[in-house]
Amino acid sequence: MSINAHPELPEFDYVHPSTMTEASRFLFEHAGEAVPFLGGTDIFVCMRDGFICPRYLVDVKNLNDTGDLRYDPQQGLAIGAGLCMNRVISSSVIRQYYPLLAEACFSVASYQLRSRATIVGNLCNASPAGDTIGACLVLDGCLEVHGVKGIRTESLETFFRGPGQTVLLPGDIVTTLHFPPPPEGTAGIYLKLGRNALSDLSIVGVTAYGFPDSAAVSGFHLRVALASVAPVPLLLGGVEQYLMDHPISKETIQEAARMAEAACSPIDDVRGSAAYRRAMVRSLTTKALKYVWQKLTNNSE
Amino acid sequence: MSIHRITLTVNGEVDQVDVASNVTLLRLLREKLALTGTKNGCMAGECGACTVMLNGEPVNSCMVLAAECDGAHVLTVEGLAHDGVLDPVQQAIVDHGAIQCGFCTPGILISARALLDRNPKPSDAEIREAIVGNLCRCTGYLRIVDAIQDAAHRQEVLLQEAII
Repeated sequence: MSINAHPELPEFDYVHPSTMTEASRFLFEHAGEAVPFLGGTDIFVCMRDGFICPRYLVDVKNLNDTGDLRYDPQQGLAIGAGLCMNRVISSSVIRQYYPLLAEACFSVASYQLRSRATIVGNLCNASPAGDTIGACLVLDGCLEVHGVKGIRTESLETFFRGPGQTVLLPGDIVTTLHFPPPPEGTAGIYLKLGRNALSDLSIVGVTAYGFPDSAAVSGFHLRVALASVAPVPLLLGGVEQYLMDHPISKETIQEAARMAEAACSPIDDVRGSAAYRRAMVRSLTTKALKYVWQKLTNNSE
Repeated sequence: MSIHRITLTVNGEVDQVDVASNVTLLRLLREKLALTGTKNGCMAGECGACTVMLNGEPVNSCMVLAAECDGAHVLTVEGLAHDGVLDPVQQAIVDHGAIQCGFCTPGILISARALLDRNPKPSDAEIREAIVGNLCRCTGYLRIVDAIQDAAHRQEVLLQEAII
């Protein structure tokens, strides 16, 4: 077996519209031939390897001021589609109010790649292994989408349809990622198991997040999301409800981890076997929930 | 395939070039501008041999279209030295013997320069994290990390001397 370096990019036309409306219309009129891109960190690799061969690549970076972020204590956080992950990581607002988002971004690849990669691109690429997707799910993110019929909002809980597939239609461009204002006293963690300590795609990714909630038996609301263990990133609603309805203890955390293992449907691939992934979901969910629980209860003292 | 006329500044010099859509910044630098210091390693944004600074931030130039670079400022390894004087990161890499085949070195130098620009006093862990996207098959990284740490100290000394 020979291992070949990736070849050069195939031929295509680079299109750089001036406005979101122009971009949307172009993508709609060339549906099936045109693909939007931001950082291009995944799409160029896919093109080089022959997985996709679009006739047009449409650069949608920085259209209509989508290269920045805004935070308002009442409205929450709005991250422009064109904002690269390094800027997310270095944002004092995000580090203070949404540190889990910065942590998730920091786990991606390398500094060079994060100079180009975007969270919106990570979401729209819809890889089950997307490192930032778990954080976006547990933080209740939603997407503002510019389509040919106007602007609409898409919830992330229903956004993913399969590996590499989303609910986006021809002409759709995601412009902004929105998060509600965070509750006080949150805690979160993203545990990424890879073949090396940094930069690899995940074998298993577990995101755990919690915040005070008087509606929960324990007084705390906990959420878990999984990456790389199903056709889509998973937000575990069953685990969330279980933890809402039961006092948190070593036993309930173990049961929640068992539920997480049962909820996933991993495959064998070059990075790991399905059996190994299941075992790691259980182990890392336990670890993540213990960490978040400890942080939450320390915060409340 | 469409051709795009772009104007960009590379190592302080303004260049106007016509590029096809599928030409990467890496190909532009090496084949049109004859700046062959930047290397082609993996064509997938994984090895970092092609690292250059684009508008002040290190990027894998194999993952950037030249057509996207109209109006951009690019720094390659050729642009690190000034008036024949090596940049502290270059001198430190040489002095520490942190080069064997040299193929990863241009990319590492740019990553190191970018690190010290944003963090003049990095810890060893921060240095290691900053170069995680620069793969070296020869050195085992120890001397590279030591060299970058030393470059930070040298840079600080130079700064102090300049102030005085």
